[in-house]
Amino acid sequence: MSSPAKLNPLSTPIKRHARRSKVGYWIALFAFLGVAGTLIYNNLGTNLNYYITPTEYKTQEGDYTDKTLRMGAQVKMGTVKYNKETFDLRFVATDGNMEYPVHYNGGIPDLFKEGLGVIVEGKMVNGTLEGSNLLVKHSEEYKAPSKGIDLSPKSLTGG
Amino acid sequence: MSETPSNQMSDLKFKTKKDTVATILGWVTLVLFMAGTYFAIVSPPDKNQGDLVRIMYVHVPTAWVAYLAFAGTAFFSLMYLIQKNRRFDRLAAACSEIGLILMSLTLLGGMLWAKPTFGAYWTWEPKETTTAILLLIYVGYFIVRGMIDDPHRRARVAGVVGVAASLSVPLNYMSTGWWKSLHQGYTVNILGKTSLSADPRMLEALFINLIAFTVLFVYLLRLRGKLAARLERQEDRELEREFQMSQQTSQDTVKGSA
Repeated sequence: MSSPAKLNPLSTPIKRHARRSKVGYWIALFAFLGVAGTLIYNNLGTNLNYYITPTEYKTQEGDYTDKTLRMGAQVKMGTVKYNKETFDLRFVATDGNMEYPVHYNGGIPDLFKEGLGVIVEGKMVNGTLEGSNLLVKHSEEYKAPSKGIDLSPKSLTGG
Repeated sequence: MSETPSNQMSDLKFKTKKDTVATILGWVTLVLFMAGTYFAIVSPPDKNQGDLVRIMYVHVPTAWVAYLAFAGTAFFSLMYLIQKNRRFDRLAAACSEIGLILMSLTLLGGMLWAKPTFGAYWTWEPKETTTAILLLIYVGYFIVRGMIDDPHRRARVAGVVGVAASLSVPLNYMSTGWWKSLHQGYTVNILGKTSLSADPRMLEALFINLIAFTVLFVYLLRLRGKLAARLERQEDRELEREFQMSQQTSQDTVKGSA
């Protein structure tokens, strides 16, 4: 018999076997399949459109009855009404062609302001989009502020 | 080959020749990062976002280097499949590792930027969804590597996966153009009409950081490539020793039974 003492302690068969154990990879594989499966299952059937425009909503109005939808539009200039006490926000969402009034209650993102693109998640109730979630789509253009412009979030909300 | 003491020693003592190229790359990376940080701080805040725009100086470079790394994976994988030189397999794996880490950082930085600007950390918008898919694919690449013991078979399978996985890179990059998304478009537009839409001082900070992260990538690839070569030598020695031992054991068995 060959004596184990002759072998390098770094690479005895037991050590080597332990290092090559695949238990971790099997767990990773199952976790991977689980995550991938969930991803596919949850997104099956939903179309790739992240949001619809007011015009698209108008043409497919029937499809969205009592359904949560995401509407992407611009905040129409001069239509923002924000009650600081009740956090009630009302504005008109437009894509230049069609427009819908939006009602939203909750914290508004710092960047929200008139003329900017927004995405409102919510349900259409009697012609008004009752928003449950308000997201701001900002521009890819970045500019330094000209002097004298108030940068505080309050001034940007128009409130 | 017999097991002599000197032979055993060589297992423990690696050749530690100083890698001058890596040292230089490390120092250049450090200097560029210092410059990048300086310009990121002195560049003006954005008119709408204020200081939040500075996240861009990390977010965009990490995304760029991740793309570069995954392109590297595809390139080296293809080179392995053509030439069957294991050096290319090592570099492909190194690229994937760097890409996976940097894309994870891109995702994390993006989420931190999204919360105060978009209004939510995560909304399953196209850029976010395709990034999640991309990360999942490259995690799969490493699961594949880990599951295969035979080095040549592993390199061959990983090579095919490495080439196929790279399709997720253009998918991720183009996601804002192909689908309606929440993520903004390209500040530095390189496809079609070239355009730069930011303050020149912001672009200066962005490009210095892009260069810094690119040199960091080359540096990390060099280090990881060398380390992978050592690990491969060790693996080869282990396989050889295992073979020798099985030979010896069978000889002993023959002797014992005689």
